[in-house]
Amino acid sequence: MNELRDKAEAGELIQYIIIKIDDEQYGINIKYIDNIVRMQQITRVPKVDDYLKGVINIRGEIVPVMSVRKKMGLAEDEITGKTRIIILKTGEGDLVGIIVDQVNQVLTLDSNNVEKVRYDDKKGKTEASFVNGVGHYDGGLVSILDLDAVVSEKDAKEKAQNAG
Amino acid sequence: MDVSQYLSVFLDEAKEHLQSLNDNIMVLEQDPENEDCINEIFRSAHSMKGMAGTMGYTRMQNLTHDMEDVFSDVRGGKIKIKSADIDVLLQCLDAIQEYVDNITENQDEGTEEHQNIIKALADIRNGASGGGADAADAAPAAEAAPSGGDAPAAGADGSSDYRAIKLDPSVKSTLEEAVSQGKKIYGVTVHIQESCILKAARGFLVFKGLEEIGEIAVSDPSTQDIEDEKFDFTFSLIVITDESKEKVEEIVKAVSEVEGCECGEFDLNSAKSAEDKEEAPAPAPAAEAPKPAAEPAKQTPAAAPAAGGAGGKKPVGKPVVNRTVRVDIEKLDVLMNLVSELIIAKNSLISAANTSGVSNGNVNEQIEYLESVTTNLHESVMKVRMVPIESVLQKFPRMIRDLNKTLNKKMELTMTGEDTEMDRTVVDEIGDPLMHLIRNSADHGIESAELRAQRGKPEVGQIFLHAFQDGNSVVIEVGDDGNGIDAEAVKNKAIEKGVVTPDQAALLTEKQCVELLFHPGFSTAKQVSEISGRGVGLDVVKSKVESLSGEVTVRTKLGEGSTWVIRLPLTLAIIQALMVIIGEEKYAIPLDSIQSIEDVSPSDIKLVENKEVINLRGSVTPIIRLNEVLDTESTKSPDEDMVVVITRKGDQSYGLVIDELMGQQEIVIKPLGKYTAKCKLISGATILGDGEIALILDTNSVI
Repeated sequence: MNELRDKAEAGELIQYIIIKIDDEQYGINIKYIDNIVRMQQITRVPKVDDYLKGVINIRGEIVPVMSVRKKMGLAEDEITGKTRIIILKTGEGDLVGIIVDQVNQVLTLDSNNVEKVRYDDKKGKTEASFVNGVGHYDGGLVSILDLDAVVSEKDAKEKAQNAG
Repeated sequence: MDVSQYLSVFLDEAKEHLQSLNDNIMVLEQDPENEDCINEIFRSAHSMKGMAGTMGYTRMQNLTHDMEDVFSDVRGGKIKIKSADIDVLLQCLDAIQEYVDNITENQDEGTEEHQNIIKALADIRNGASGGGADAADAAPAAEAAPSGGDAPAAGADGSSDYRAIKLDPSVKSTLEEAVSQGKKIYGVTVHIQESCILKAARGFLVFKGLEEIGEIAVSDPSTQDIEDEKFDFTFSLIVITDESKEKVEEIVKAVSEVEGCECGEFDLNSAKSAEDKEEAPAPAPAAEAPKPAAEPAKQTPAAAPAAGGAGGKKPVGKPVVNRTVRVDIEKLDVLMNLVSELIIAKNSLISAANTSGVSNGNVNEQIEYLESVTTNLHESVMKVRMVPIESVLQKFPRMIRDLNKTLNKKMELTMTGEDTEMDRTVVDEIGDPLMHLIRNSADHGIESAELRAQRGKPEVGQIFLHAFQDGNSVVIEVGDDGNGIDAEAVKNKAIEKGVVTPDQAALLTEKQCVELLFHPGFSTAKQVSEISGRGVGLDVVKSKVESLSGEVTVRTKLGEGSTWVIRLPLTLAIIQALMVIIGEEKYAIPLDSIQSIEDVSPSDIKLVENKEVINLRGSVTPIIRLNEVLDTESTKSPDEDMVVVITRKGDQSYGLVIDELMGQQEIVIKPLGKYTAKCKLISGATILGDGEIALILDTNSVI
């Protein structure tokens, strides 16, 4: 009983990696992250969607890398010393890399402090359609990335069309 | 006994035996007197019966047993196989195949008894062979009363019946002696509840109970088999006792979990003796009469001497069996992956040695040695995975034979190159496409006998399948001397189906028209027949072959026949490739798609229909600038000589312009995943020695 009550009060503790894309901070649930690597030579694949930057070699496996900025319809990535590639595990067990401007910290959030974003709220705002929650923490608010949307094969334009 | 661990071995062997039976029965059809063949069939049927029995597949065992009986008689010269019998035997094989398929799927043989086939087999033995099993179905009525056509003896449920117990001479004499001493002989068939877990224990209790009042002369299955639970839920025995029939019944029923028992006086005269295999349906006393068809359950006592006979008479010349090890294909996959890793590591070592400047004579020598070892290792592993294509081709002669009947055409199949070897995974996958092409030839290609006669062709249509190795690929040609493909008909059909617009169609060459056949959803069959209407079109053939990195093309001449050519790579995972640089990127081109490499001066380029071509040793060869196709900037100035890789698609050569050659390398193909599926130009990627990724060009799509 005690345990149950504790859980109800405290909620589930989830760790998020806080990253920066453009000027905004996003959280990624740590359980979907396989690895974080430094920016490296990406082998371009011709004739694919422009958000797909190419492929990299992760431990002998060929992993596609995509630009979240491109997907969100933002400006082209600026590669700096802080740029990282976050390797995500998709539902089917494949690996996909996403390029982020910076990795800031690891944040532990109580699931009670994460507010789900309803679909209505997303409508029309292309940027927001990659977010499925907002987390509250001492320092402020952080958007939680909807990874399914990020790694899906559609980009912001198509999403907007579908939504409209 | 837990037999599940033997299941895969059982299935493998059952399939082998089935194949051998199929082949031999086909031979027998041509040459009914072929003794080797008959012996071989007998042996296979016998082994299958034994295996099925051991695994507890009673129905399969019964069927094979009856088949064995037939051949035992044939061997003994008591009956001769007639052509009508072949159909029954082939039906019997199909039924066994069905059992095997069921077992493969759910480890259970299913409940189909195939009584009609068992009956037909029995009829063969009685010399009453009259066409297929269907005819035999009607037979009991014709056979009429004396043999008890209305007595669907209990044994017919595929299990056991005391009336069907076979007696060998010693038992028979024991029984005769007992009768002369005034003892009673009862046959008992015991049915155990299907929910019973310890069947053997119940059997034991029945035996024990009966032994208290008399002597058990014989049982079916044997006592040993009953103790080993090698029976369904029924067993039979013959007991010699002074007690009454009711007493015997009472004892049996007293054992728990016994569902019921049938008990009757055992008639020695009507009993079968082991040697008496030929017994005609003698007009024996009505109800008790052992109907030949109702003896599926006779098992061990009779079979054993028969097997002994087989051993004794075994003809010489059975090939010495190779010593082999059965290995799970997954283990080979793991091995193959490790070899791939090793090759990548070797490539890394080479590039590391070069860049770090340690490459002196000794290091190079060692690296070369390592290289030859890894190459040999790769070849050996590949060879282990190679199996002759024979295993998929074996079923085709039978298929054509059946198609002859269903389509009412006369066709003959010739096959060559059955021993051509391919990777196991490819062989497993290629069966269906080949089958489809052969059916296609039989159904659409070969004309009816009358039409052939009109056209002055031999009455019997020829379908052929040639397999052979050609460099690093295997070529399988399937064709016929039939009607050929009518390009106009295909074109019209395509327009009708909306595959192409009339405008587009007008521009198509004859060859392109024929290739429309590969378009999804295209079927020229005027009506869906049993043969072609299986939901598989040529597009499935094409996509299957392409998924194996192969290609399929067709050559056809109206009125003379068509030939489908499937070309498949020998191996899938590791290939030799030419590494090239285009723009600033590295690409790999599979070596077997390359014909030659040429140096071409820009002044040699001519324009034909606004396309760049070169004259390559007399033939006009279009050239494709890969940097344009791949959206990258060439690093060479336009007036420099160009490096052109000549490749071929179908009969046409094409030149691919690259910037620089890096050299030949053994590469390991890695899949690119779904995100890059949009890019058809790239068939995969590989990791180079320095960890960099190079994409593998699919030259066919580039063109």
